[in-house]
Amino acid sequence: MSSTSTAIRFDEVTLGYGRRPAVHHLDGDIPAGSLMAVVGPNGAGKSTLLKGIVGTLKPLDGQIRLKGSASGIAYLPQAAEIDRSFPLSVYDLVAMGLWTQSGLFGGIARRDRTRIEEALAAVGLIGFERRPISTLSGGQMQRALFARLLLQDAPVILLDEPFTAIDAKTTADLLDLVRRWHDEARTVVAVLHDLDMVRRIFPQTLLIAREPVAWGETGEVLSPENLLKARRMVEAYDPHADVCHRSAA
Amino acid sequence: MLDLFYTPFAEFEFMQRALVGVIAIALGGGPVGVFLMLRRMSLTGDAMAHAILPGAAVGYLLAGLSLPAMTIGGLFAGVIVAVAAGLVSRFTALKEDASLAAFYLLSLALGVTIVSLRGSNVDLLHVLFGTVLALDDSTLLLLASISTMTVLALAVLYRPLVLECVDPIFLRSVSRAGTPTHLIFLGLVVMNLVGGFHALGTLLAVGMMMLPAAASRFWSSDITMMMIVSIAVGIVSGFSGLLLSFHAELPAGPAIILSAGAIYVMSLLLGREGGLLWLAWPGRHLEA
Repeated sequence: MSSTSTAIRFDEVTLGYGRRPAVHHLDGDIPAGSLMAVVGPNGAGKSTLLKGIVGTLKPLDGQIRLKGSASGIAYLPQAAEIDRSFPLSVYDLVAMGLWTQSGLFGGIARRDRTRIEEALAAVGLIGFERRPISTLSGGQMQRALFARLLLQDAPVILLDEPFTAIDAKTTADLLDLVRRWHDEARTVVAVLHDLDMVRRIFPQTLLIAREPVAWGETGEVLSPENLLKARRMVEAYDPHADVCHRSAA
Repeated sequence: MLDLFYTPFAEFEFMQRALVGVIAIALGGGPVGVFLMLRRMSLTGDAMAHAILPGAAVGYLLAGLSLPAMTIGGLFAGVIVAVAAGLVSRFTALKEDASLAAFYLLSLALGVTIVSLRGSNVDLLHVLFGTVLALDDSTLLLLASISTMTVLALAVLYRPLVLECVDPIFLRSVSRAGTPTHLIFLGLVVMNLVGGFHALGTLLAVGMMMLPAAASRFWSSDITMMMIVSIAVGIVSGFSGLLLSFHAELPAGPAIILSAGAIYVMSLLLGREGGLLWLAWPGRHLEA
């Protein structure tokens, strides 16, 4: 992967629900290998943007182009969306990360078992293999999901609020993995709320409030003026909104 | 003493056939029931069992108590109601449980009306509660084929079925198997209900699915183990239900379901995974 190639390209993308845009006219590139934060108030379209990239939500307008296929994306949605009461062991949950490789019926070879153990070790869950996922704490569950991401071995990794309601120790451990992915030249896009963390660790930032507010070097994007602008933009919901006539690409 | 358990099956062919029939039903229905329960679709199973009735009734109207006519009719009606309920819940404000309730009430009323158009009350009882003691060769073959197909299909679909329950978003992000898996699974449910319908009737067929499955949840938190327990519970209740009906001269179908119900209540009380007795007297808390 050369650092100049593009991992994800947005051509005047509008994403939304019904006909109402949640992400409005986003245009630009995410270079391969970048470590990018997506920041903005609640309802700004951050999660919607990730759904658009994964392909579970089709753009209302414009186009999202991926280098490689959608199966090259590993996606961690917000924590609440998993049925934790389901009788499944930590090991089996993590092993699902091998799906793209083993598919519907492929077996799990000895080499894969080693990889699963390595992934569990990397997130500090050795000894948890046989535990049902219903017994995990929020932080342990997030560690297990990161282990699954490790196994997916994808060139593009999307994280939706991965550290919300997670304690400092776990956050630090998981951030190490994020750095490791960055060092391995993977593209990482994370939706985050902790601006200090973004400034410390993420070189690139997209500030969004339905419309993109600013996109580029984190230091410049997170200026007080931009943040204020973002806060003002998002609340408007107009029940009589007109049809948008801005041209798509 | 052993004679009580053995003789009825050794001496009477209809008892042998009934036993083979319920074993076949348990083999297919047990695992399907476990997945229905894990997918929180237990009531969906119940509703679909009722939904089969008008289809089977139309078959009956056209061809009398004919196996192929009632089977095909039942399959059609089951699939139509499953799809219709899915569409209504997806495109209107009504949730799936409400739309299923509406459809199954309609189906039950329609089915009973259609059967009464032509038949006697005996036929109506036959359709509602089945004839497990009068299974002929072709019906047994049908039951055996259904359970074989079910077990094979579940083996193939196991991963996406599990994943679609736990983490549907992840499944969607790695594979397109989710929707076809769900549809095939609904097909399996309908098939097993139609099979169970011939032996136990439209009202009790779902009992051989849900009672063993619900009982199995109290013995294991491992899906494979739950399916095995569920099958075993089905077979044991079939066996003991038939004996009960033979010795006490009870109707066979209800006796089988009552046996399954007894095992369920026992599991509810004693089951190692969250049974009531263990909840009431858990013992003193542990070190860690």
